[in-house]
Amino acid sequence: MLSVNAYSIIFYLLAAFIIGNGVLAMTTRKIFRAAIFLLFSLIGVAGLYFWMHVEFVAAVQVIVYVGGIVVLIIFSIFLTQQTGKDMPRPTNTRMIFSALAAILGAALTYSLIRQYGFIGGSGDQFNVSPQRIGDQMLDYQDTGYALPFEVISILLLAAMIGCIVIALKSKPQES
Amino acid sequence: MNNIGIEQILFISTALFFIGVYGLFTRRNMITMLMAVELILNSVNINFVSFNKYLYPERLDGVFFTIFIIAIAAAEAAVAIAIIINIYRNHQSIDVEDSEEMKY
Repeated sequence: MLSVNAYSIIFYLLAAFIIGNGVLAMTTRKIFRAAIFLLFSLIGVAGLYFWMHVEFVAAVQVIVYVGGIVVLIIFSIFLTQQTGKDMPRPTNTRMIFSALAAILGAALTYSLIRQYGFIGGSGDQFNVSPQRIGDQMLDYQDTGYALPFEVISILLLAAMIGCIVIALKSKPQES
Repeated sequence: MNNIGIEQILFISTALFFIGVYGLFTRRNMITMLMAVELILNSVNINFVSFNKYLYPERLDGVFFTIFIIAIAAAEAAVAIAIIINIYRNHQSIDVEDSEEMKY
């Protein structure tokens, strides 16, 4: 078992990794680098889930975000962009006011979090084995999630068909 | 067990959320705006899991919401990229300032 100190050090390293890569992804002017920084930030979030002992969600995060969405974004960059070129700089006023809005919002939210005083849980062991998740996911009793599960599957099907229809190349009209 | 509680994790998710908001305001390229939205969704996921773990450890609802949000985010990214590619085909640009008309 790791000592208390090692837990804290790992947590702060993960926090610095996530936030640093997030800032770089949002401020770099090369779009391909932005995608790669986003990839590392998402991997850091998966590491945070591992740190919280929520292994199933961490695995889903790696599979769907890192393996799916970022790859999709990189492909669309290749399809639509000249990757060597820098993106234009945002105007100074826009940059200053967005930074101001973001910093003020973060300060407000964090001060609210600090003074809220969360009351700790019941002290039970947090058990997120995949078996328990699967049992509750397909349970159709009151606490089960069978209906949302089915709705999500319909939504995914609709989204896939919608993507094909939207991205379909329209044939030239025959007069 | 350790002295890191829910407040520190909420601090990370707050920072990630407002980094995403900053990116959404400053970027004018549709793909980078989509990346900003992904960061915001991730911060929400961190919130759900940490509330579930630290405040209601006997239940699993936060984990389910996280899984459903990840599924919806995947669908949303796929649809958004299809729309972006279609706009690029019509306008030869994916800058939001260049695509003011939604005629086609």
